[in-house]
Amino acid sequence: MNKRITIQVCMGTGGMAAGGAEVLATFESLMKEKNIPAEFKKECSMHKVGCRGLCARDVLVDVIAGDNRTTYQYIKPDMVQRIIDEHVVAGNPVSDWQVTDDYHKFHEKQIKVVLSDCGNIDPEDIGAYIAAEGYKAIDKVFNAMSPEAVIDMIKKSGLRGRGGAGFPTGVKWEACRKAPGDRKYIICNADEGDPGAFMDRAVIEGNPHAVLEGMVIGAYAIGATKGYVYIRAEYPLAVERLKKAIKAAGERGYLGKNIFNKGFDFDIKIKLGAGAFVCGEETALIASIEGQRGMPRAKPPFPVHHGLWGKPTVINNVETLANIPYIIKRGPEWFSSYGTEKSKGTKVFALTGKVKNTGLIEVPMGITLKEIIYDIGGGIENNKKLKAVQTGGPSGGCITGDMLDINVDYESLAKVGSIVGSGGMIVLDEDDCMVNVAKYFLNFTQSESCGKCVPCRIGTKRLLEILDRITKGLGKESDIDLLLKLSGDIKSASLCGLGQTAPNPVLSTIKYFREEYEAHIKDKQCPAKVCRDLLTYSILEDFCKGCGACMRACPAGAIKGEKKKPHVINAGACIKCGSCFDVCKFKAVSRG
Amino acid sequence: MEDKLQLLIKNFRENEGNIISLLQETQEVFGYIPEEAVYRFSEELDIPASNFFGVSTFYAQFYLKPRGKNIITACCGTACHVKGSERIINNLKRELNLTGGENTTEDRKFTLEQVACVGACSIAPVVIINKKVYGKMTTDKVAKELKTLKEGSDE
Repeated sequence: MNKRITIQVCMGTGGMAAGGAEVLATFESLMKEKNIPAEFKKECSMHKVGCRGLCARDVLVDVIAGDNRTTYQYIKPDMVQRIIDEHVVAGNPVSDWQVTDDYHKFHEKQIKVVLSDCGNIDPEDIGAYIAAEGYKAIDKVFNAMSPEAVIDMIKKSGLRGRGGAGFPTGVKWEACRKAPGDRKYIICNADEGDPGAFMDRAVIEGNPHAVLEGMVIGAYAIGATKGYVYIRAEYPLAVERLKKAIKAAGERGYLGKNIFNKGFDFDIKIKLGAGAFVCGEETALIASIEGQRGMPRAKPPFPVHHGLWGKPTVINNVETLANIPYIIKRGPEWFSSYGTEKSKGTKVFALTGKVKNTGLIEVPMGITLKEIIYDIGGGIENNKKLKAVQTGGPSGGCITGDMLDINVDYESLAKVGSIVGSGGMIVLDEDDCMVNVAKYFLNFTQSESCGKCVPCRIGTKRLLEILDRITKGLGKESDIDLLLKLSGDIKSASLCGLGQTAPNPVLSTIKYFREEYEAHIKDKQCPAKVCRDLLTYSILEDFCKGCGACMRACPAGAIKGEKKKPHVINAGACIKCGSCFDVCKFKAVSRG
Repeated sequence: MEDKLQLLIKNFRENEGNIISLLQETQEVFGYIPEEAVYRFSEELDIPASNFFGVSTFYAQFYLKPRGKNIITACCGTACHVKGSERIINNLKRELNLTGGENTTEDRKFTLEQVACVGACSIAPVVIINKKVYGKMTTDKVAKELKTLKEGSDE
């Protein structure tokens, strides 16, 4: 009988937050105990893995015995003993804690390319990556392919940049290859700034070597000798794993001088971002690596001709680079067999918001939104009604609940005024106020505008002010037209992508949810009951049991009442914080 | 302080540093960027002080004032926003008595920061307290953690 048992503990940022490190440590120490038979100690190995998608169920633990994989959810350290006793030693999986059908449904429609090894291998062990066919693509490229052949293959695959703009990767590489220059650079853009997006973080945390391998191949194709990974300092775990990966790759000779004895030198350095959304823009990113304020400049010249320190430079997104080794190994035809005519391959999305299964998903391009939300996401939380799906973050737009049959690819989303973007997908339900959502994004872009272009710097400020007064019940009837006009001006007169797309959330919410704007402006009401200044709280006499919970919770002392008798809110003292609404067990606090 | 500054300057020269990396290292040493440090760098390296201030005020990561002993970072990403981060932040501000634009308490025990997104959207809303990530936060849970910290720092 095969006694080989592998225990995998999810330790991405989500897994760590839920206590993944403690769970793994408990497994390790309990397996050393005296009462564990020696043969199990010898045959059982355990390691951490990166994100497997459904972080909401963390800590997720897989026990693999022979060909049988059992997945446990919500595991805490005090549950480990029973798993060891019953499953590892006695061979009977603990049925109480296993994942349910919806966990498997979550994975069913996904096709994992970039994430194929994520959640399976130990991201801090280069040996695990190599055992999973890792660094085989470099081998193939260095021994059997010319740089031109690599570029041709990537062009043929149809891979487009996953950072948002969707520019064909092979074409970019070719332009840089042909650009004259003695020194060239390749930069991995891991400055994942879109709020609500965490694909790049998960890929680096789960499989950093795939990104490095993609970079080495890119460097070989364009003739770069030095690479940089520009990564957000807000991702400490990703940075740590990347550092370890670079060191390990160097020791094995995949990085450094004379790689594979082919006379090719290539080194990678990490540059920590200092917290500026605009640095996701190529020219701003370059300025930031050079140590300057990250302000975009006019293009052309494009970075492929005039980039870092004035040299030809390719900038690729994390997910784009992580695709490269798989394309090289399995061929361009395999890659382009997924997706639509113009959008090839798969795309990783961060599915979040009011959906049951929030997490990281990878789907073929062209899948319908309905499949994502209902089959993978499991539908809307608490059986509420879907209102909209926001894609593309602060540069993107909304797709309404009645457009769910839309295909998710670059072209189809652009047609309805949204974008694929870097891959954030936020599900909104009937409790979300679309004016508030637009205000949220404008608040973000306004504070992240670098200030170079007046229309962006001042225009976004004015947009935000108008939205703010609308949500406070002070909007004017002419405000909607003003928002539209101003949005158009900002879009046409800004230099970089930030300003050109900043008004999109406003335009798209006005387009599809104009009546919500009108309700705020004309009726001074927030239909979703979100905008604080338009709400009043009161206690329903018939439901109130007089328990006093609201009175104790109220930070303003605005609630009075005798024990076991209906309480009353003093509207003048109420600061509308909603604490009473949250604590009331009898639904006696009304918000309207 | 002078020794530390000299070490930073030496590092800068030896490792072909730039303004951002120098400021990042300075902040690592002092917890913030002291004004004196900037003027010292400016003199020694012959770079206008305005360049340092330009960079340090451009990026969200740099602090020109000392920060509190406990750092509470509330995520304001989109997923956290729609799941109620605003209320959590308002509550925190009230509990810490942070009015106006200040984000550090007077006794420098707490600093409350807001970041755009920490990328842990599937466990939104997220609050990071002293580098530990807490998911699916509620106003209650934050209040409890805050109480533990307050008691701890009184000892």
